[in-house]
Amino acid sequence: MTNWSGAKGLLMIVRRSLGQHALSTIITALSIALGSGLVMAVFSIKSQTYQAFTGGQAGFDAVLGARGSQLQLVLNTVFHLETSPGNIPWAMYRQIKQDPRVKLAIPYAVGDNYQDFRIVGTTREIFTEFEYQQGHKFQAQSSGRFFNADSSTNPAESPREAVIGSYVAQATGLRASSTFNPYHGLIYDERQRHRDQYTVVGVLETTNSPSDRVIWIPIEGVYRMSSHVLRGGGEMFRAAEGEEIPDEHKEVSAVMLKLRDPQSGFQLDQTINKQGKVATLAWPIGRVMAELFDKLGWMNRVLALVAYLVIAVAAGSILASVYNTINERRREFAILRALGARRATVFSVIVIEAAVIAFIGAMGGYAVYAAILATTKIIVKAQTGVELNVWQIDSILWLTPLLMIAVGALAGLIPAFKAYRTDVAEHLAPTS
Amino acid sequence: MPVLEISNLKKSYVTPDGARSAVIDVPQFTLEAGEQVALAGASGSGKTTLLHLIAGILTPDSGHIVVAGEEMTAVSEAGRDRLRAQTIGYVFQTFNLLQGYTALENVMLGQMFGGGADSGRARELLARVGLSDRLNYRPRQLSVGQQQRVAVARALANQPKLVLADEPTGNLDRRHALEALGLIREVCDENRAALLLVSHDQDALSRFDQVVSLGEVNRALYAGTPDKEWIEFSATKN
Repeated sequence: MTNWSGAKGLLMIVRRSLGQHALSTIITALSIALGSGLVMAVFSIKSQTYQAFTGGQAGFDAVLGARGSQLQLVLNTVFHLETSPGNIPWAMYRQIKQDPRVKLAIPYAVGDNYQDFRIVGTTREIFTEFEYQQGHKFQAQSSGRFFNADSSTNPAESPREAVIGSYVAQATGLRASSTFNPYHGLIYDERQRHRDQYTVVGVLETTNSPSDRVIWIPIEGVYRMSSHVLRGGGEMFRAAEGEEIPDEHKEVSAVMLKLRDPQSGFQLDQTINKQGKVATLAWPIGRVMAELFDKLGWMNRVLALVAYLVIAVAAGSILASVYNTINERRREFAILRALGARRATVFSVIVIEAAVIAFIGAMGGYAVYAAILATTKIIVKAQTGVELNVWQIDSILWLTPLLMIAVGALAGLIPAFKAYRTDVAEHLAPTS
Repeated sequence: MPVLEISNLKKSYVTPDGARSAVIDVPQFTLEAGEQVALAGASGSGKTTLLHLIAGILTPDSGHIVVAGEEMTAVSEAGRDRLRAQTIGYVFQTFNLLQGYTALENVMLGQMFGGGADSGRARELLARVGLSDRLNYRPRQLSVGQQQRVAVARALANQPKLVLADEPTGNLDRRHALEALGLIREVCDENRAALLLVSHDQDALSRFDQVVSLGEVNRALYAGTPDKEWIEFSATKN
């Protein structure tokens, strides 16, 4: 047995009314879903991107590089974007490596690519010592291994081996035992092909970090790459096959640092950035990236404005949709009033109706949100290697639907007032 | 105690040319519980206006309407809505069923505003009017006669003390008209509800023991004539 009273009765009337105007209800709800999904996606992507790029996922505390922009240094070495600001001498790497405040120092030499994926020359420590996340070191997939060259290997005999990130393997088709020739520069240009042929000895397990997009080779390989010239000693030097390269000629693009404690970072910042003039220490990496987002503060304001506009348009569509039905429903209101419904009841029905349309739209917004996030996740992953968490619960995911419902109810006030003023006697036609 | 007491009830409208025109002027009218009275009147004689005033849909310029002991003219609009929902059943000439609702739901709407509806009672009423096999039909899926029966069931759904019927047979053929009329009277009898039916259908009127010309009740129809020519309804009854 069904019983209707109070709110249940009101909801039944609302349900019937929405059913009678199903087409306009669906169209309006779809527009709300698009707006709601868009607002949630935009703010969620912003928030997740901020977290992904500033949340300390780099695995390093600081980057030492050529004098210049800290942001450029971080983008180039941590996220493998942007160009290198320049090189620093090998001696500086040795010096910082021996500094007691430094727990781990790994040199990077960049400047080549393969099919737009960056080739980073480094040491084996990147695999054996470095943790890209606390407790997580790079792992080679079962069929592969890391390259063998390290600081104890005779550099002249260093084999041309490469270890590639999982995304590189997926995108290029390279596998363990595949060979490839690097290309000079950070952007793929087929005319810039090096003669050197590298063999892939391992593919890394996915890390969901920018490292998935990197091709790692021994740093000696960069020095000995055909047509590369070293200027570490101030004069041009070309490495000859089979001969050792004197340290004074070597240079690195950056040194990735893991520090003993935050105090060490503060001290090194003072020494290198404030007192020194030859190098730049980007520390802490999260703060450097946060500054980038701060500089983009205007974009947040634009996004907020767009969101407000979307919500305003959504409110307008609800208002228009419900308002347009009022005239044809005046008789219905009059009948309900004749049956004893109060004006407030009729008013409430319309407001609830508008809120329910907004609610349906807001729920549909989650589907739109999921679709946008899933697409964005693929794009961001492809472009930067950074993994966005589509399922991360963000406050915007409940605030937006609530706001939409509130705005929907507000938009319903105008048609509700029109319904409220319905003259019962006039609309209970005919009269005699 | 009468179910309906009207005294010195007046209602007028402003005409398009700005003059005020009296439509209702009822010095006195009463209806006892279980009593069934037909008011006869031509179109435009103020029948619907009078029923709307009694139901609290319209407010009078002056006078008193007491329904089941409650002064309709002394309570707020919300109070009139409550009184209408709880004590009055209204049968309209055009049925006024809501098209988006089933027969069962239309009847339940008749209960809903008077304190809550339950489908059990609504089903019983629809069975009583012979529509137990049409519960989930929408109005447009029902014949005209069936629609009127749903309207009757709805009017009685809140167990009203007073049933107002406004030309309830106006849209029906003779057979359906007589059926609907018989049904209204029967169900009112069963519930001991007072029935005030207004109509200009002579056939319908002939079924009532008490038929009163609206002219005998509504003094406004004699605007401009001397008071002595006025025959009060109560006097006629006696």
